[in-house]
Amino acid sequence: MESMGLLRQDLVVRDLEASSDQGAIEKLATFLHEKGIVKESYINAIMEREKVFSTGLPTGSIGVAIPHTDVEHVNEAAVAIGILKEPVPFTVMASDDDKVDVKVMFMLAVKEPHAQIELLQTLMGVLSDPELLTTISEATSNREVYEAITSVL
Amino acid sequence: MKKILVACGTGICTSTMAAKKLEGQLESRGLKGQFSISQCRVSELEFKANDFDVIICTSNASGSFDTPIIQGLAYLTGVQMNKTTDKVVEALGL
Repeated sequence: MESMGLLRQDLVVRDLEASSDQGAIEKLATFLHEKGIVKESYINAIMEREKVFSTGLPTGSIGVAIPHTDVEHVNEAAVAIGILKEPVPFTVMASDDDKVDVKVMFMLAVKEPHAQIELLQTLMGVLSDPELLTTISEATSNREVYEAITSVL
Repeated sequence: MKKILVACGTGICTSTMAAKKLEGQLESRGLKGQFSISQCRVSELEFKANDFDVIICTSNASGSFDTPIIQGLAYLTGVQMNKTTDKVVEALGL
C-alpha cells in the first residue's frame, strides 16, 4: 500500500519539548530537514504558514495539529509524527483565535497530493479515531506508534 | 449538476482530504452524479466563488462573493460530520 511507505518508524519523535506552537513546529521541521526529507526552506515556510493558516484540530479526544506547507520545499513525501511532552496551544484551523492544546503533531511533507490520497485518507482515519490518538499520545516506543497506526489500515 | 468548491490554504492538502470525505458522504446519501467537486486556494476564492453553488473551507476565507461558505473542519476530524453534510445538502438544494 502506497501510504505505508510514507509512515516510517524513524520519523516519530516522542517527548518533544516545546513551549509554543512555533517552537514545536521548528523542532520537528528541523528534524525532517536533518533526515533529508525536506529542504532547509521548509522550516521557515511551515512556521510562517502556520501563522496565516493555522492547523490545530480539536478532535474528540487528543488535540492534534497537521502543519504543512507548499510542495516546493519537499524532497520526499513523508509524514513525521511529533508527540509533545507537554501539550502546547495551537490556533484552531479556520478560526480567528480559538486555541486547542495539541499533544500530537502530524507534520506533512507533501509532494503530489493527488498521488498521495491514500496517505491523506489514512491520516483522516487516524484523526477521527479517539482511541488510536490516545494510544499514540501515550506510546512508549516508536514501534508502538507505528504498529498502532498500521493496525487500523 | 451542483458545483462544490473546496478551499484550503494551499488548495491541495486539507482540501483534498475534505473533498474525498465529502464525496463519500454525498454518495452515501444517494446523490452520486448530482454534484461535482473542485478545489482551490482560499486566495483564489474571490475570483472563483461566484461560479459555484457552495464553498467548503478548511481555512479562514475572506473576499466579497455571494456563494454560501460552510466550514469544513468536520471532514478532517469526523466531529459533527453528518451535521455539516446536512448544511451542504441544504445549501445545494438537493
